[in-house]
Order: sequence, then C-alpha cells, then structure tokens
Amino acid sequence: MPLSGSLVARRSPWQTWDWSLLASLERPGSMVTGTLLAAMARILSGASVRWIDCQPDTCQRVYFANHTSHLDMLVVWSALPLAIRALTRPVAAKDYWDKGRIRRYMATKIFDAMLIDRKDIKVHQSPVDVMLREIGNTKSLIVFPEGSRSTNGEIGEFKSGLYYLSKKRPDLELVPVHIDNMNRILPRGEFLPVPLLSCITFGPPMWLEPGEPKVSFLERARTAVTRLKDA
Amino acid sequence: MDWKMPTLVGGVLTILAAATAAGQILKRQPDAGLNSAAVQTFNLRMRAWWLMCSLLAAAMLLGNTATVILFGLISFWALREFITLTPTRLGDHRALFWVFFAFTPAQFVMVGLQYYEVYSVLIPVYAFLFILARVAFSGDYKRFLERTAKIQAGLLICVYCLSHAPALMYLPAKRPDPGAGARLLFFFVLIVQLGDAMQYLAGKLFGRRVIAPTISPNKTWEGLLGGVGATTLLGTALYWATPFQVWQAAIMSLVITLMGFAGSITMSAIKRDRGVKDYGTLVEGHSGVLDRIDSICFAAPVCYHLSRLFLMS
Repeated sequence: MPLSGSLVARRSPWQTWDWSLLASLERPGSMVTGTLLAAMARILSGASVRWIDCQPDTCQRVYFANHTSHLDMLVVWSALPLAIRALTRPVAAKDYWDKGRIRRYMATKIFDAMLIDRKDIKVHQSPVDVMLREIGNTKSLIVFPEGSRSTNGEIGEFKSGLYYLSKKRPDLELVPVHIDNMNRILPRGEFLPVPLLSCITFGPPMWLEPGEPKVSFLERARTAVTRLKDA
Repeated sequence: MDWKMPTLVGGVLTILAAATAAGQILKRQPDAGLNSAAVQTFNLRMRAWWLMCSLLAAAMLLGNTATVILFGLISFWALREFITLTPTRLGDHRALFWVFFAFTPAQFVMVGLQYYEVYSVLIPVYAFLFILARVAFSGDYKRFLERTAKIQAGLLICVYCLSHAPALMYLPAKRPDPGAGARLLFFFVLIVQLGDAMQYLAGKLFGRRVIAPTISPNKTWEGLLGGVGATTLLGTALYWATPFQVWQAAIMSLVITLMGFAGSITMSAIKRDRGVKDYGTLVEGHSGVLDRIDSICFAAPVCYHLSRLFLMS
C-alpha cells in the first residue's frame, strides 16, 4: 500500500487533477465559497507552498502540522490542490470552532471539519475512533498533534493521538507539514491579522514502524516537522 | 496626439526586445564559454523588467489614480517583505496592524488627493510617534528602541519614500503640456533601471576595486563611476521627454543614479545582517518585490524634491 502511494506521487500536481471528482462533490455551493476563501487565505497569509520529497496525492493521508495560530487549519487546507482539498477533513477544537454562527458555518460547511471536544473526552468514544470511522476508506485528515497553539513559536510535545491513529490504521501515509511565520500573522490572543509572508512545507511521508514504541515514534514525528523549517 | 510618450515607450520596448532576444540566444549556446548562472540571472532580470514595464504602462493608460493604486500595492507588498524579515515581538503586533492597514493606505490616498502638506509629514511625524506610543502601550519594553526603529525604517523606506514616485506625476500639472506628469514618472523609473543596468555592465567590464566587500562583492568603484557616467549621458539625451532643460535633466539623472546605488547597497546591508540573499518569500532563491525596487525607493524622494525645485521656481 505505501509503495504504490509513493509511485503515484511521482506525477506532477496537474496530472493528479481528477475531473470526475467535481461531479462527485456533495456540496457544490460551499465548494465555490471554499475556493474563494482558500484564495483569500492564500493572499492574506502570503503563503508559499513547498512539497519536499512529496507530491499532492488523493491517497489516504494524515497531514500533521505544528500549531501556532487559528489560521493554521485554513492555510494548510487552502495549500492543498482543490481535488485533494475536497477529500481532506481537518480535525479542530470544538470549543473554538463551534462558537458563533460564522465559525460554525465555516467549520462544518466549508472545511467539513471534525470538531473534537477537548474538555469532555469519553473512553468508549475516543476521538481517534471517531476520526477513523468518519474518514472511511477515502478521506484524509489534517491534525495538529500538539493539541493547542504554542505561544512562542517553538514546537511542543506531540499528544499520543497520532500514534494510536497509525496503530489502528498503519496503511495511512503520515505527511509532516511545517507552518512557518503564522504565529506572527495571527498570534495567540490577537484577533486582527498582520499580513506578513508565511511558508507551508509538506515533507516526505512516514509510517509507524512495526513494534515502534510510542515515545520514540512521537519524537520521530516531531523531528520530521521541525526538520522541514530549514529544508 | 502627443509623440513623446509613444517614442519613449517604443524605444524602451525595442531595447527590451533586443536584450531578451540576446539572452535567449546566449541560453541556447552552452559551449560559448559563458557563465550559465550569469546568463540565467540576466534572463530572470529581463522577465522582471518586462513585468515592471507592462504594469507601469497599463496603470498609466488607466490614468493617475490607477498609477497611485499600483504604487500603493507595491508599497504594501514591499513592507510585507521587509517586516517578515525583521524580528518582531508579540508587543509589536497591534502597532503593525495600524501600520499596514491605516498608515500605508492613507499615505497613498493623500498622494492621490495631492495634499502635499499631509503626505509629507504623515509618516515621518505622526506614524513615527504612533508606533513608539502604541508599542509602549503593549507593555513590552525589551529592546524597545531597536524594535520600534525597525518598524519605522520599514515604513519610511517602503511606503514613505516610494510614495514620492507617483507624486511626481502631479508636479508639472500647471504646465500646458498634459502628458508631462506621466512622462516624468516614466523617465524617473527608466533612469533608475538604466542606472542599475549600466552599473552592472560597467562593473562586469572594468570592475576591480570593490567598494564594500562585506556587503556586496559585485559593486565596484569602476562600475559605479562608469554606470553613473553612462546613465547621466543617456538621461541628458532624453531631456526632450522631461519638463526640464538640458542641464536640469543632466543633474537629475546624476542624482537619481547615485541615490539608486545608495538604495541598493543599503538594502543589501540589511539583507546581509538578516543572513538572506533576497527579500520576498521565505524560500531561498526567489527574489522579492523589495529586491527590485530598492533603488527606486531611495531615488524617489530626492527626485521629487529636485523636480519641485526646478519646476516651481
């Protein structure tokens, strides 16, 4: 499974464009809004997008990124090509994105986000199980394994969700994503953005090795993101 | 129909076309013993000039307001690049918000409305004081003067200085010739770019003594003198396109080229300090807007004041 994934990934981005996807879209109205919003986010965040040893692909992936700003979900999502964006669901905090009508509309109708309740995690209904059930055999995920936004731009310890996710579904490609400078565009605690330039880097996919311990896997994943900063 | 502007634009297009053709021919001859990196740089530079030329021509055709808006957008983008490369702290965030969304647009609105009394002091006085006070209000005093000075410098160079370029268009307004303003702006941009090109050329041909090796190994005394001399001659020969007399056009070209050089060496110094080769994206190897307009930023206010002196007396 992983092997075929990396072979497919050799194609250039425009070749992976699949027009049949447009016909299968479930929500054409919010697709237009979404495309406009993505374009706006790209201009506002001045994001240059880099794919290093990795190509856009519609295979099932988990994009995991560092987290510094409320705009992170929007910019990673908008950095993906349209066809892939339609198949990708961000995982976001319910306490922020379920507040107010505009936020809820954006989260549920445009990003098709999975809202996770950070305060009330049930044992029998763990977020990892919910995510896996929701993506089925077609969709991909965007996750922020730090759990909350960092205050100083440093990348914090990863929560264990990523580990359990790939333990239950070892076939998912884990793609590290580094978001640079977003903490200066909309820092924690601010509500007005400053339009600086940012950079989104997608790195080479990785997988959970058989028998790899949790701590070393999470550290390896964290290094994979950190390394992209100067790649 | 005014013949001067079409002649000027036609001449520039002919030179650009010839240089582009030469660059493409050089690219297809890898065995000619030429430095392929230099040829590539040359071709990239040609592309930037085509873009600059077509943007400027399109804006001028649409009128003065469109030209002011174009320069406003360029300023906004340049400031974006400048602040991105400047380390700021959380305490600067709200001051920066007002710098980007209030002072920058206001400066260009005032230029468009020709309120010289306002746009000549808006940034050096009011934005200057505002930035200091707003950062102080945030309560973060660490390296206070250093942080505020960096924001002020960015705003002055990228917005205040550059806004004097579109302001040039309004200077000869009281003269009988209606196209003189647009031609003056075109002449100004042309001389700055010619100055850059001539200095590069003279430096390649005769350059030996480097001016500041720690900042830029390509800038030599021979390149500077040769470039300034050649551009002054060319600028003087183009006096018919300007509202100036021959001697005024000569002084103008000389001053513009010297200021252009000062701009490009200054911005190189800032880049060296930040450890990057180019402004623009955070990615190495892509040059940004600010790399292309550094000499224009420095030359614009001086050209503006000199023109004011020549035309108003």
